[in-house]
Amino acid sequence: MIHSLFLINCSGDIFLEKHWKSVVSQSVCDYFFEAQEKAADVENVPPVISTPHHYLISIYRDKLFFVSVIQTEVPPLFVIEFLHRVADTFQDYFGECSEAAIKDNVVIVYELLEEMLDNGFPLATESNILKELIKPPTILRSVVNSITGSSNVGDTLPTGQLSNIPWRRAGVKYTNNEAYFDVVEEIDAIIDKSGSTVFAEIQGVIDACIKLSGMPDLSLSFMNPRLLDDVSFHPCIRFKRWESERVLSFIPPDGNFRLISYRVSSQNLVAIPVYVKHSISFKENSSCGRFDITIGPKQNMGKTIEGITVTVHMPKVVLNMNLTPTQGSYTFDPVTKVLTWDVGKITPQKLPSLKGLVNLQSGAPKPEENPSLNIQFKIQQLAISGLKVNRLDMYGEKYKPFKGVKYVTKAGKFQVYY
Amino acid sequence: MTDSKYFTTNKKGEIFELKAELNNEKKEKRKEAVKKVIAAMTVGKDVSSLFPDVVNCMQTDNLELKKLVYLYLMNYAKSQPDMAIMAVNSFVKDCEDPNPLIRALAVRTMGCIRVDKITEYLCEPLRKCLKDEDPYVRKTAAVCVAKLHDINAQMVEDQGFLDSLRDLIADSNPMVVANAVAALSEISESHPNSNLLDLNPQNINKLLTALNECTEWGQIFILDCLSNYNPKDDREAQSICERVTPRLSHANSAVVLSAVKVLMKFLELLPKDSDYYNMLLKKLAPPLVTLLSGEPEVQYVKRPEILKQEIKVFFVKYNDPIYVKLEKLDIMIRLASQANIAQVLAELKEYATEVDVDFVRKAVRAIGRCAIKVEQSAERCVSTLLDLIQTKVNYVVQEAIVVIRDIFRKYPNKYESIIATLCENLDSLDEPDARAAMIWIVGEYAERIDNADELLESFLEGFHDESTQLFLKKPSETQELVQQVLSLATQDSDNPDLRDRGYIYWRLLSTDPVTAKEVVLSEKPLISEETDLIEPTLLDELSATLVLWPLCIIASQCFVKEVHGIHRDSPVGTTTATNLEQPQVIPSQGDLLGDLLNLDLGPPVNVPQVSSMQMGAVDLLGGGLGYPAVGQSFIPSSVPATFVPSPTPAVISSGLNDLFELSTGIVKAKALQHMTDFAIQFNKNSFGVIPSTPLAIHTPLMPNQSIDVSLPLNTLGPVMKMEPLNNLQVAVKNNIDVFYFSCLIPLNVLFVEDGKMEHIPNENELQFQIKECHLNADTVSSKLQNNNVYTIAKRNVEGQDMLYQSLKLTNGIWILAELRMQPGNPNYTLSLKCRAPEVSQYIYQVYDSILKN
Repeated sequence: MIHSLFLINCSGDIFLEKHWKSVVSQSVCDYFFEAQEKAADVENVPPVISTPHHYLISIYRDKLFFVSVIQTEVPPLFVIEFLHRVADTFQDYFGECSEAAIKDNVVIVYELLEEMLDNGFPLATESNILKELIKPPTILRSVVNSITGSSNVGDTLPTGQLSNIPWRRAGVKYTNNEAYFDVVEEIDAIIDKSGSTVFAEIQGVIDACIKLSGMPDLSLSFMNPRLLDDVSFHPCIRFKRWESERVLSFIPPDGNFRLISYRVSSQNLVAIPVYVKHSISFKENSSCGRFDITIGPKQNMGKTIEGITVTVHMPKVVLNMNLTPTQGSYTFDPVTKVLTWDVGKITPQKLPSLKGLVNLQSGAPKPEENPSLNIQFKIQQLAISGLKVNRLDMYGEKYKPFKGVKYVTKAGKFQVYY
Repeated sequence: MTDSKYFTTNKKGEIFELKAELNNEKKEKRKEAVKKVIAAMTVGKDVSSLFPDVVNCMQTDNLELKKLVYLYLMNYAKSQPDMAIMAVNSFVKDCEDPNPLIRALAVRTMGCIRVDKITEYLCEPLRKCLKDEDPYVRKTAAVCVAKLHDINAQMVEDQGFLDSLRDLIADSNPMVVANAVAALSEISESHPNSNLLDLNPQNINKLLTALNECTEWGQIFILDCLSNYNPKDDREAQSICERVTPRLSHANSAVVLSAVKVLMKFLELLPKDSDYYNMLLKKLAPPLVTLLSGEPEVQYVKRPEILKQEIKVFFVKYNDPIYVKLEKLDIMIRLASQANIAQVLAELKEYATEVDVDFVRKAVRAIGRCAIKVEQSAERCVSTLLDLIQTKVNYVVQEAIVVIRDIFRKYPNKYESIIATLCENLDSLDEPDARAAMIWIVGEYAERIDNADELLESFLEGFHDESTQLFLKKPSETQELVQQVLSLATQDSDNPDLRDRGYIYWRLLSTDPVTAKEVVLSEKPLISEETDLIEPTLLDELSATLVLWPLCIIASQCFVKEVHGIHRDSPVGTTTATNLEQPQVIPSQGDLLGDLLNLDLGPPVNVPQVSSMQMGAVDLLGGGLGYPAVGQSFIPSSVPATFVPSPTPAVISSGLNDLFELSTGIVKAKALQHMTDFAIQFNKNSFGVIPSTPLAIHTPLMPNQSIDVSLPLNTLGPVMKMEPLNNLQVAVKNNIDVFYFSCLIPLNVLFVEDGKMEHIPNENELQFQIKECHLNADTVSSKLQNNNVYTIAKRNVEGQDMLYQSLKLTNGIWILAELRMQPGNPNYTLSLKCRAPEVSQYIYQVYDSILKN
């Protein structure tokens, strides 16, 4: 299984290594560096690299490369998923997953890695269990520890580790009992020149923040559960109950976690909340062209669309752009040729537009490649798929919790072709 | 107070200082010191000289300190085996500790110390721990067996640990089961033959129970293990599937994939027509698609088994990393079918205008692969490619030409009409691949290109032997050129393959041009589509290998090798001359090698009655590949029977839609023997006319007897433009021979019923003026085209541009438009004609706004 792990920063330094079996020399990373050099962009490094004796499986997170060394054939997803879990854990423990944070807490990192993997087999990755074994660093604790000499390593076996609900620890206590759910939906879409939808789907998640004492047993029901036909669940959810009654019934982990993620793909259910009108034209034998873009609301269910940003990757021969926005501000990076227009909110009375001239390199031929637009936006208090939480019930505990649900819709990979 | 301070001590006496601290009386100081040592270790500094001092700190009741010391030991025990023995005692003692955490920790660490001497001491504690009352210790011990096996396999077997491990599969705790399975799987990997994981229905049952309760990682181990199990019948397979299916909704993508793996395997065992099978298939698709939306790395590992309906998901997004883009392309092609090809092509064309050169090339190739894979789409692919060539972007054009070459090979003689366009782009080709492809095309279709020799001459400096093909088709004009080429090949070329090939062509040419023609122009093996050969088991494979592309290269290499081999075998040509006087049998394709050997070495074969026509016959019936030689030998010369009259289609009632009757007239045999086993085949023709049923002549046709046969035809066959357009070539086969006929189809039988366009009275015509518009006719028509207004014709009348256009509304109203533009006059005249004249006003407004936008 997983043999070794190397953490590498953007400048190519290996700043941490951990071996679960025999030691693998750092030189194995040279294959990785080679691949990295070949890939123009950090994000283009292939996740699986095969070398004469090993496979290197890597992920790129928060400007760090997590490179694992594998000696035998394993499902690559298994490793990738685990590496993401490692990064998540660092994030959870140190508040950020950065080189500085890891170096600051190198001993905890080592203890964590040792706890998460044994002989290359993943052992415990649930943050609840890990936190009982190894306490996250806090300023208070490190001060206390240095005075009293106590340690941040738990010396008893975590209670949840072997129980049937490994994700929840026993004896949780809160003075304010709260349960919050965020329904977050992202629209992935490709819109063609004429404005018709080539492809659209919704990626949704329900994130929960549960701070409830004891062993609460929750059930969450929806107004329209039939929307959810392609769902993946947190292990705490009772699958049978969902299959038969379409109710999410579970004993929640303590704290923040992702309850479900789902996908709505049938085209007619995916509303496209904005439309874009754009044109770009270059005159033959002239070094400038006209650029014009207007954005407006479409099926927005009466909510305000905000946080709009439009990014356009302009052709390479574009030298500069001289534009006037009716709203918001724009920047053009002449190196990467990326035009970013920060629009803000749409008010239907006056549609935001951005117009002006494009300057090309003199003498260069008319660009043949077409720019494409990426759009970001956000709509508060709306789940675009129409998903609505009906009610949340709690069993098993006596107190009355505070409950809340929030909806938000965002653009995921939202793209418009020229 | 962070750990980074441990990194900062970079002074000279660092090791010395640490040593002092490690021996400090205060526990606190010692712990700090060990932390510093560990920190140094993590960045690869050698702190092994501190070994004895660190081991001294091991005897402590502080768990954190203990853990740290263990960490250190794991790293350095190997380099200090003698010292490591010192630690054994405390390990053994820790294995008896009342705290299960410490027991487990000790067993775990001991397993990581890869020193033989220590492992001996490990056996006893390990045995105890495997039977420990605490499951946490048991599961750690299970993993430890795998570790130990890695170090000393023999000992593990001798001590009977494998049996204990097998017992753990029946453990009451699911986590222990999962770890035992993982350990056994790993061990069995090094013993491929041994049946360590004895999978029987009882065990499987236990695993399935554990599956529901253990952690996500444990689930992966169990699922992977299940995928190695062979259920004894479909009922067992189904019951396993039923219990695995809920895993498809797991949040951990690796669990989902492992579950898919199991299901895919067991799916094979289920009856294909059962409801359960179909339901399962349906369930498999969405989770895979969901995974796609995850992190890019996750997307990369995807495989398209069951995603036929989901092709849109694979449409590439601009900001996908390049490896995902390429993989998606690959998958799209694999999923391409007649039903979705239009979508796919539109997408691919879009990609071909992207910025990334590599990606664009790949997209262009993908179009070619579509053409080869989905025959019905070939036409569309070719036109897409032509559009791309029109863009004149150098690398796109080159790639497109290479791709077109392949399409030509797959569908010979079908798309020659585009050759002219290709020739226009000759000058821009500078890559060897594209040049070779172009030469190939020119050579292959030399008869149809007037100035082929000129074109080739321009390629001479980039010499390539394909030009010999040209000679064979236009011998008189190009002889000189070919000699030049061949002498170039034989004298100047450093490539032995090429030289040999040159020699063999030369000799062939100088001795017998006809045979040479057969050899060189013999059919190229058809390019087949290999994408589907990739097995589903590839699910696990780490990277995708693209097999298709090199295929044609491989094919041509094979050819070279064949010829090459012959060259080696042939004693330099004295025998050839004598042999060549005999008529030779040359099968149309395939067994080239045997053939050439015959030619050079074999004894003379006398088969006088077989003419080259027969060869064409095989060809025509075996797939109708339109081999050029066929056309020449259409009139049978010495045949024992003739048909009277030749099958000219009589008047044909215009039947239902595409089905009409072709009466073959009277078949009258004048042969001296009776005829049986009739079959009929049509060559590809301009309208795709083919028989829709086999020729039904059941009784033997006696001499001088005649029978009437009618044969239903349809127009669903392959299309190839014929000269003249309505030419139909028919082959009729019987027990005696194959006979070829050619006839003209009266075109009226091909008219369809819905060809009527409604009449619009002249008074419905309205005229409008579009003012202040500065566009030329082409921009106007392309702008309108984007808005579904289609230009039917363009004319220039007395300096004015006239555009004739049509458009149709969703409610079926047709509008005809005439747009008149005078040069220098910004005002256009628009005349609209429509059955419902009230629409015209609005159409005019639309025209106005489209053109001015």
